[in-house]
Amino acid sequence: MKRVYLDHSATTPLDPEVLEKMLPYFTEKFGNANSMHSFGQEGAYAVDEARRKIAELIGAKPTEIYFTSGGTEADNWAIKGMAAKLRKKGNHIITSSIEHAAIIASCHQLEEFGFDVTFLPVDKTGKVNPADLVKAITDKTILVSVMLANNEIGTIQPVKELCDIAHKKGIYFHTDAVQAVGSIPVSVKDLGVDLMSFSAHKFYGPKGVGVLYIKGGTKPDKFMTGGHQERTMRGGTTNVPGVVGMAAALEKAVKHLDENYNYVKSLRDRFVKRVKEEIPYVIYNGHETDRLPQNANFAFDFIEGESILMSLDLAGIACSSGSACSSGSLEPSHVLLATGLPVEKAHGSIRFSFGRDNTVEDVDYTVDKLKEIVNKLREMSPLFCEFKGETKNV
Amino acid sequence: MYNERVVKEFQNPQNVGELKDANAVGTVGNATCGDIMKIYMKIEDNVIKDVSFQTFGCAAAIATSSVATSMIKGKTVDEALKITNAQVVETLGGLPAQKLHCSVLAEEAIKAAINDYLKKYKEGKIAD
Repeated sequence: MKRVYLDHSATTPLDPEVLEKMLPYFTEKFGNANSMHSFGQEGAYAVDEARRKIAELIGAKPTEIYFTSGGTEADNWAIKGMAAKLRKKGNHIITSSIEHAAIIASCHQLEEFGFDVTFLPVDKTGKVNPADLVKAITDKTILVSVMLANNEIGTIQPVKELCDIAHKKGIYFHTDAVQAVGSIPVSVKDLGVDLMSFSAHKFYGPKGVGVLYIKGGTKPDKFMTGGHQERTMRGGTTNVPGVVGMAAALEKAVKHLDENYNYVKSLRDRFVKRVKEEIPYVIYNGHETDRLPQNANFAFDFIEGESILMSLDLAGIACSSGSACSSGSLEPSHVLLATGLPVEKAHGSIRFSFGRDNTVEDVDYTVDKLKEIVNKLREMSPLFCEFKGETKNV
Repeated sequence: MYNERVVKEFQNPQNVGELKDANAVGTVGNATCGDIMKIYMKIEDNVIKDVSFQTFGCAAAIATSSVATSMIKGKTVDEALKITNAQVVETLGGLPAQKLHCSVLAEEAIKAAINDYLKKYKEGKIAD
């Protein structure tokens, strides 16, 4: 059976060239990068090189790059580390209502410790209005965290503008750029942010490694305490092959950014155009233009997301649903609800995220199957039956 | 996450659609919760001659609708009322814990349809 992977926002396959560069650090160059001896120094050298490369690729200094176990740890560190550091200055944090769970859960945990958190609303395209940030800031506000691009609907936030607003009030700004780095141009210099999280496996690098960029002068408390790794800021033996892979993957992603962006966007655009034209009663969630090139998210009226997802999977197509059943909870996506999508339509929403290995045939196969599946499920749906009855009576 | 039987039942559900000559209908659940089950029955002489369903919901909801309707086809009303969600789950060879509510919904939908029948019968809307 044909297999089509359209879940690149969940994870991407490791690039074989990247794997080649990682392999020696699993075996012959296995040394602990913190060891004094030559074995360790081979690792240390590789980590330094990776740090230098990654810094350059995002417009940072090498001393501002801190390796973590991934995006979730970087987000946790940014939020909790800054909160701990600045707790005597204030107890108010501002974020958006469509953040990744790593940010939202960190904020909720801080609420238990007496912090107040404002979750900024978004419009129906998923955008934060800078005026809402201005209004939300109080003299107790110590940190603002708004994601660069959303993982479910791909909406790109006006982070530079939001960051300027925070900075004018002397407030630190963090952005979760996990979905953005490697997909769109990202420079911490241009954005002006104080902290930024990103993760290797979203741009064809390995899982289990990420970065928290911390601008010089910004000093969050330690999150992972232990040894002296990462200039004493993050304990834990450095994941040398992971770090090497992250640098190699980012280098390749940035080098080919324009061509990959255009290619992936052309596939996504073809998909979106065909779905809109060929499947009735759909809603294209998210923003038309300020959007990650890989992301498409549709609500299919009258049917439920998991049954669509499952049917696609049985046809060899992998994508994801922001709905209830995928996460094992009964709550539909908080992102879609924040955009004002009614609950039943949020239940019927599916994310398709394209990648550089996809082809036009993949897109066409998916639309063809999707049409059949949506039809079949609608024929089973009491909501569609009622709807048809109503339109017949009109 | 689902066993083969559930997947098979989801892919090829039995008794799908609106039953045109149904004399009893039961609907349970709501779109907000992500599941609606509607069961149609044609009951004659206290026997469920024919049954069908329409479901808005996940794969488990569709699979349980299929199995539950198959289980009661040809049964008397009293027999159908004795079907429990546990029996539906057993027939499917098990469901993930977070999907057990789908089987409860199936049991409730059967009861709702039969109650509809009994109510109409009492009101004299259905003749013997």
